[in-house]
Amino acid sequence: MHYESELREPLILGDKSLHQITEDVCRPIEGKANKYWWAAFTLASMALLWWIIAVSYTLGTGLGVWGLNKTVGWAWDITNFVWWVGIGHAGTLISAILLLFRQKWRLSINRSAEAMTIFAVICAASFIVSHMGRPWVAYWPLPLPNQFGSLWVNFNSPLVWDVFAISTYFSVSLVFWYTGLIPDFAAVRDRAKTKTMKFWYTVLSFGWTGTAKNWQRFEEVSLVLAGLSTPLVLSVHSVVSMDFATSLVPGWHTTIFPPYFVAGAIFSGFAMVQTLLIITRKVLNLEEYITIYHIDMMNRIILITGSIVGVAYITEFFIAWYSGVEYEQYAFINRATGPYWWAYWSMMTCNVITPQLFWSSKLRTSVFATFFISIFVNIGMWFERFVIIVTSLHRDYMPSSWTMYHPTWVEVGIFIGSLGLFFVPFLLFTRFFPVIAMSELKTIVKSSSSQAKKKGAHHHEH
Amino acid sequence: MSTKMAYGVFEDDDVVLSAIPKLREKKFKVTDVIAPFPIHGLDHALGLKRTRISMTSFLYGCTGTSLALLMIWYMNIWDWPMDIGGKPSFALYKNIAAFIPVTFEVTVLCAAHGMVITFFLRSKLLPGVEPHVIDDRMADDRFVMSIEVKNDTEKAAAHAAMKEAGAIYVKD
Repeated sequence: MHYESELREPLILGDKSLHQITEDVCRPIEGKANKYWWAAFTLASMALLWWIIAVSYTLGTGLGVWGLNKTVGWAWDITNFVWWVGIGHAGTLISAILLLFRQKWRLSINRSAEAMTIFAVICAASFIVSHMGRPWVAYWPLPLPNQFGSLWVNFNSPLVWDVFAISTYFSVSLVFWYTGLIPDFAAVRDRAKTKTMKFWYTVLSFGWTGTAKNWQRFEEVSLVLAGLSTPLVLSVHSVVSMDFATSLVPGWHTTIFPPYFVAGAIFSGFAMVQTLLIITRKVLNLEEYITIYHIDMMNRIILITGSIVGVAYITEFFIAWYSGVEYEQYAFINRATGPYWWAYWSMMTCNVITPQLFWSSKLRTSVFATFFISIFVNIGMWFERFVIIVTSLHRDYMPSSWTMYHPTWVEVGIFIGSLGLFFVPFLLFTRFFPVIAMSELKTIVKSSSSQAKKKGAHHHEH
Repeated sequence: MSTKMAYGVFEDDDVVLSAIPKLREKKFKVTDVIAPFPIHGLDHALGLKRTRISMTSFLYGCTGTSLALLMIWYMNIWDWPMDIGGKPSFALYKNIAAFIPVTFEVTVLCAAHGMVITFFLRSKLLPGVEPHVIDDRMADDRFVMSIEVKNDTEKAAAHAAMKEAGAIYVKD
């Protein structure tokens, strides 16, 4: 039995019994969708449709329909890829790293954060495929014998590392998420009223009953998966950063990139979790599970990772000056004062200044402030990748090649559309999957719920 | 099934946990407790052996490391060494730094998936498996204890003992 001081904030409010938790979590699955859900789903489907049109046009016509030119060969495509992969990092951080640190507040948010991870990684992967221009040869980075000659992939190349990192990350996160879902699917199955529901949740729950041996294995599997996912999640964004850092482009060729990218990824991931959960808890009436305390905890992580990112920006600038390499120095001066100054200063404002507002506990515990700051962080982190990619490329070693980059409607369409690619599955998830890991949450009812705290306080009075 | 089971349904994890040693003292064969969430200490109370699932993960991980290194060595060092950017692929140990990321990812891939597949197979968890549901709320808020019995007299005794230990109702 796990005991906890009543001075700690309760993690479940409203004196919930075990049965009440099941009722609350199953309600969205068993009930009908309300009009807000349908409005959001319609909007997301329209965005997804736009994505399909823009991607089909790109693949049918060729990469010429994008605004890329002879100097800027990567722009919105890789910006969006890194942005989405970064967002995907919070889910694994919450479910794996916080599990190893025994942070119980992860329990009501891990399921939806992991879902977010999976859908975000799908969006990221879609940019890899679309930026290839010829997706029918997308299997070329795989270690297969080449039919055009016995040439293998180059394992010294960071782009090959990335293929392995992203696919491992995606598949392991998916399996981690699904394993956790099985007992909850069983709970939905056992209370299913209709035949269709009974059938589907029986299939999804893999015949789970919750015997002592199964739970023993389940807990061990979760722990080992957390142990494996922790270095994995840190490796993924490190490898993404090496796509840049191992090149010789001034502005990219920096050893600070791996830790700086990982901190940025967790920063943006938590911001997206806040954006999503603040809406989800309201629409699905889960305010008693995803409490102000949970929001406060996540804001603290945003504050610390935002500060790490801020320090990294300043360090980069300092090192550029200290290196004495004029190309490196120019790359950074050009970022801050060149034609893309507005992108650089948007990034600085959103990522370095706004999260510092979270030193105030009033703002940290305000749902309204959190929502707006999380949006700022999402925007700022998009600009960070845009700044790194486009400003480093648009003025290279040869001034005669200097140019500007302008996106076309196709690139804008693919980006906006990718939000649809993300929100359509996420909204379906909130309708068909238990959005809170109820079987895990039930383990803390006797120690961290509001009624447990009252009981503890009552004991002391006597 | 050749042996019969007597089931008792409980409503509290602490009650069911403390009932196990009481019933064992009375020589009842408590075989299992089905729970909606993992109960801390249940495996000890039931005398379950420690699971070896994490050991399988380690072995799958070792297999992954070996496979990755073998693959990279064969493809980039042995079969078709390439000299890219003045960084020739002479020997595995000379290029090992560049091979660490892929080796690491393949290790994690094999360790994670191997373990989870083993878990599913060993626990007979697969799509299409029909669950043996004893109480509709056993994945919700109820705990089902099962006692192995040989005949109807033993079953009646087991039922009575579980009721006494706090079961809300008993079942065949």
